[in-house]
Amino acid sequence: MTETRGIYTLWLREIKRYLRDRTRIVSSFFQPLLWLVIFGSGMRFSGAVGNLSYQQFIFPGIIGQTLLFTSMFMGISVIWDREFGFLKEILVAPISRFSIFLGKMLGDSTDAVIQGTIVFALGLLLGMRLDLVMFLEALPVMILVTFGLVSIGLTVASFMESLESFGVIQSFINLPLFFLSGALFPIRGELVPSWIQTVSAFNPLTYGVDALRIIILGDAWQSLYPLYHDVLIIVCFDLVMMAIGTLAFSRQK
Amino acid sequence: MIVQDVLNLRHVQRTRYFSNPDPLALLTVEQGAQKELMQSAIETIDLTRQFNSLTAVDKLNITVERGEVFGLLGPNGAGKTTTISMLCTILRPTAGKATVNGFDIVKQATQVRKSIGIVFQDPSIDDRLTGRENLYMHANLYGVPPNEQKNRIERVLKLVELEGRADDLLRTYSGGMRRRLEIARGLIHYPKVLFLDEPTIGLDPQTREHIWAYIEELRKTHDITMILTTHYMEEADRLSDRIAIMDYGKIVALGTPSKLKDTLEGDVITVKTKEAERLSSTIVKKVSIEKSRVTEGELEITVRDGKALLPRIVEIAASNNIYVESVSLREPNLEDVFLHYTGRAIRAESGDELHGLSAIRRRKIK
Repeated sequence: MTETRGIYTLWLREIKRYLRDRTRIVSSFFQPLLWLVIFGSGMRFSGAVGNLSYQQFIFPGIIGQTLLFTSMFMGISVIWDREFGFLKEILVAPISRFSIFLGKMLGDSTDAVIQGTIVFALGLLLGMRLDLVMFLEALPVMILVTFGLVSIGLTVASFMESLESFGVIQSFINLPLFFLSGALFPIRGELVPSWIQTVSAFNPLTYGVDALRIIILGDAWQSLYPLYHDVLIIVCFDLVMMAIGTLAFSRQK
Repeated sequence: MIVQDVLNLRHVQRTRYFSNPDPLALLTVEQGAQKELMQSAIETIDLTRQFNSLTAVDKLNITVERGEVFGLLGPNGAGKTTTISMLCTILRPTAGKATVNGFDIVKQATQVRKSIGIVFQDPSIDDRLTGRENLYMHANLYGVPPNEQKNRIERVLKLVELEGRADDLLRTYSGGMRRRLEIARGLIHYPKVLFLDEPTIGLDPQTREHIWAYIEELRKTHDITMILTTHYMEEADRLSDRIAIMDYGKIVALGTPSKLKDTLEGDVITVKTKEAERLSSTIVKKVSIEKSRVTEGELEITVRDGKALLPRIVEIAASNNIYVESVSLREPNLEDVFLHYTGRAIRAESGDELHGLSAIRRRKIK
């Protein structure tokens, strides 16, 4: 009971901090908008995929990208808490390290999923064919992908000494995961180099983007794997990352 | 008549036996209770912490009794915060052991955490939340029953006089207010032992005075053991029942403030003169003194009866043609005690131990 309340409290804290930070919410509109409107329109001549326009094709990928970037960025909260001393207050509380990790992870994930939802709404404004059922189907996938990604962010951040070094590491992780997930271009087909096909199979985001495409694009999308296959791999990835994250948080000096 | 009495006695005996089947059990229960009572709040046995080649805390043996305010006094880097961090289960000792509220700090860390409240040296509150939100969060993390939370929070807010600002974001608080909120926070879960790590560092004199008053109030109204670390002599002197002077990871002296001062056996006369050396050697020949020390332009003499000796010293100076700028007499303070035991003055406060944003924050609070 104490543990549950501890988890809830830490979750609530992240939500409150997020909702009070207006610049973060406003900026969350901006980046996906750039990708969808400028990049999406600009590339449309070279990159139509099947019967899909390029913009339609990258839309699920941009949701995935938003989840990835936001999730990784959330790791910063660990460094921030440490710099400002708040982490100590949490670490001496009589709740387990797993609960601390879980509370923070759930809170950060909620923030990231809100960002993803905003991109969804943005798609509606840009004239994508979306509906509520689609969103409700996509939501669990978004949540599952986010759990694992946030866990990576928190784990990496727990090893970092400063904000600057975390920033550098972050882009080392973000960009390869993003480019090799199939978000921006197809990763299967005769023209795709085989090394990209191989490497992307080890990228958890590949399965997230694929699952989102299956839900959002329907029959127009030739899926890489069956939906259940995607989800299963994402769940395994989540469990592994959460275990690693808990271990990272349990280190005692 | 006699038979009646015997019967009565039997009856008495039976009832006694009934409530306590084993008469010896009563004794053990009593002893147990006494043990509980006698058990100290904190006990360390050869507690040691090394950082690579540096021994920050070196075989520390202290016992803190329940209900006392125990001052840990020493310069920056003496090992005070390291000691506290180990007792709070943040740092693992590299050798030795310790119990807090009867629980082992390594094996029973969770119980230790439930027994203690901490006011950290560096700020540790969330400045994006309001004061009240910070307190609720703490109450939840420490498992305070939900139906009691509101009550307790109102009470601690009143104690530190922050009721009016409780719903403002922390970032609008002054340094002193933040500190008071941290003290309030440390009390919500009714800790048995409260650690105050440099509670007034970087605060202005008025705020410091304020916080001292709270700590004194707390000691009177709550049944609580407090461990106070500080490098402010007057702080340790005013608040502590007993003081341990710490230097280079070791306890160099321990006792009540007055006992520690008594060990100096005398008053301190400070003479300001350009010829401190010459005056010193002249005085030594003529009057009996405990100790003398020469620093730039100053002679410090420790004597048994300062008031009687002061005129004599001025006289000696005058008859030897030594110009005296000023003379002062004072009773010994902890600064002198520290000097006596370590051979040097306590280092002035510095921000050396802080890095990065914490240092910026600390500066801001000033």
